[in-house]
Amino acid sequence: MAWTRKILRVNLTDRTCTSEPLNMEWAHDYLGQRGLATKYLASEIDPKVDPLSPDNKIIWATGPLTGTMASTGGRYSVVTKGPLTGAIACSNSGGYFGAELKFAGWDMVIIEGRASSPVYLSIENDKVELRDASHLWGKTVWETEGQIKSEHQDPQVRVSCIGRTGENGVLYAAIVNDLHRAAGRSGVGAVAGSKNLKAIAVRGTLGVGNIANPKEFMKVTFEKKKILKENAVTGQGLPTYGTQVLMNVINEIGAMPTRNHKDVQFEGARKISAEAMHEPRESDGKAQLINNQACFGCTIACGRISKIDATHYTVVNSPKYWGASGGLEYEAAWALGCANGVDDLDALQYATMLCNEDGFDPISFGATIGAVMELYEMGVLTKEEVGIEAPFGSARALTYLTEITARGEGFGKIIGLGSKRLCEKYGHPELSMSVKGQEFPAYDARAVQGMGLTYATSNRGACHLRSYTISSEVLGIPVKTDPLTTEGKPALVKAFQDATAVVDSTGLCVFTTFAWALSDIQPQLQAACEGDWSMEKLDLMGERIWNMERQFNNAAGFTRKDDDLPARLKTEAAKVGPAKGLVSGIDKMIPEYYDLRGWDPEGRPTAETVARLGL
Amino acid sequence: MRVTLKLYASLSDHLPDEAKRTNEWPMEVADGTTVGDLIDRHQLPKRLVHLVLVNGHYIPPASRDAHPLVENDVLAIWPPVAGG
Repeated sequence: MAWTRKILRVNLTDRTCTSEPLNMEWAHDYLGQRGLATKYLASEIDPKVDPLSPDNKIIWATGPLTGTMASTGGRYSVVTKGPLTGAIACSNSGGYFGAELKFAGWDMVIIEGRASSPVYLSIENDKVELRDASHLWGKTVWETEGQIKSEHQDPQVRVSCIGRTGENGVLYAAIVNDLHRAAGRSGVGAVAGSKNLKAIAVRGTLGVGNIANPKEFMKVTFEKKKILKENAVTGQGLPTYGTQVLMNVINEIGAMPTRNHKDVQFEGARKISAEAMHEPRESDGKAQLINNQACFGCTIACGRISKIDATHYTVVNSPKYWGASGGLEYEAAWALGCANGVDDLDALQYATMLCNEDGFDPISFGATIGAVMELYEMGVLTKEEVGIEAPFGSARALTYLTEITARGEGFGKIIGLGSKRLCEKYGHPELSMSVKGQEFPAYDARAVQGMGLTYATSNRGACHLRSYTISSEVLGIPVKTDPLTTEGKPALVKAFQDATAVVDSTGLCVFTTFAWALSDIQPQLQAACEGDWSMEKLDLMGERIWNMERQFNNAAGFTRKDDDLPARLKTEAAKVGPAKGLVSGIDKMIPEYYDLRGWDPEGRPTAETVARLGL
Repeated sequence: MRVTLKLYASLSDHLPDEAKRTNEWPMEVADGTTVGDLIDRHQLPKRLVHLVLVNGHYIPPASRDAHPLVENDVLAIWPPVAGG
């Protein structure tokens, strides 16, 4: 086994912390992390519960390979019912927190109820207690992590916490660990905040000594690390250029959602790309990017560490931002930049630092600003209401709006509702570029048809990480498919969704799949975990996890009509590039996708599907 | 005829200095020049020539030598990269 077989259950209302055995029958059907935590959540809460009420629960969960010597084995997920969407929320983070939780002897922490005053959970192996966090309330992520480490007199304590946005109920607030790694999407931070839970601080010294076949595990993980090292993408491309290298790729193929999806190419993309991050700047002759960084156990190291230009208007009087900090990733650079028409690289770096510092999702935030700027240009929003002139392209508007959202001030409170609620408030719901209330990431559904289906059917609202068909449709991994056609995409999306559901339940990073197939992960699981972990079992498990999430959403009230894209993507054709003249073919793909899934025309798993998957 | 060659990521090293800040290298080529011809002419390492686009359209490896460029075409090339 690779599980610790222990769950920590914390009831904030009663202020109790209890240890209970992991349900191993479920572990064999749902593995860990995303799959297993969702099984617990779906079994313990009413899917119709108010996400911000004490009756919702929130789970921090590791996978069986978290904390092991498998490459990238440092992942954990936060699973809850999400306040942005009302659907299942499952956000995945790297860094070092997940491995530390495992080293402390816990597979999972289930949080229930609501504390009467701010608390944080302190875990030192078996010593677990709720501590007062009144003095941490109102503090940023960065301040909170520093203060907890200082109070514990231990720099190796790992902290997973919320910033001010989580306290203020920003519906896309994140949970951040290790200063700039985040369980970023769907508002899991707002759920923690609603429970008066500021942080989980963990120190583990027990290690992971419970591998089923240690000798075989060492052998197979070594072999698989070699594949990652020798692969040109995971061995060279990602470490050197990070995810940001996609900026020019996606722009060149005309799939760059620009100015709230009005356009599909951004004229300023080159100025905010990975290539630009490597260039010496005029002020000091130094590049913004200073290094790459790895999460626990990772042999890829795609993370970006950057230094902002200290003479930039955003930070010239704020030395605390001058040091090395988490740098721009592609999705953040897109949302803060292209979605708003902003091409000021240092303004984007400043905004992404604020998202890390106060814990909010740059994708949903940036896309919401895109809607604000469109409403401003239409005259629906005014300078008086917004607090600044906010046309597309204004870096000053972007950075000002980031600051007031982080602090929860003025119009920032409305931005914190996300684009769906904001656009409804101002009478233009059609301008929210979202599915199930969650904003799109960085690929236009008109130019990459499979991603349209990915967004429409994602169980946590619009998301690229549930089935990253960009791999196939654009990058040719594992095989190249045509991004402009809908043909074959329902099967492609289903295959990616099911495989990703397994990867997200292992404790490994989905970026390994740029070099590994599921068949490379299978022997690592087989060596680590007791029992049968055949490919057949994993394939079925992925499908089971996907359908379990779907059943949760169905029970929460989601139906066929929620598997859709905004009218803009279905009626306003791409103006330029290879997709010129095309709209999304989502309506054509959905029936075929439902059929492949074994769902009825309303998008519900049929009795036969439920029985086949053992749900 | 005039075409533009764009080289990104580690292939940027093959650009002349004046093109490094834009990644765009406009050039005159003879009629009938193919994608493969330009790759060979600029001695781009085959192992780094991975994602090849003409005007944003993907050109598979087997078609590159025979794919003729026409006036104002934009040929963009990346080494193996990914993101997300």
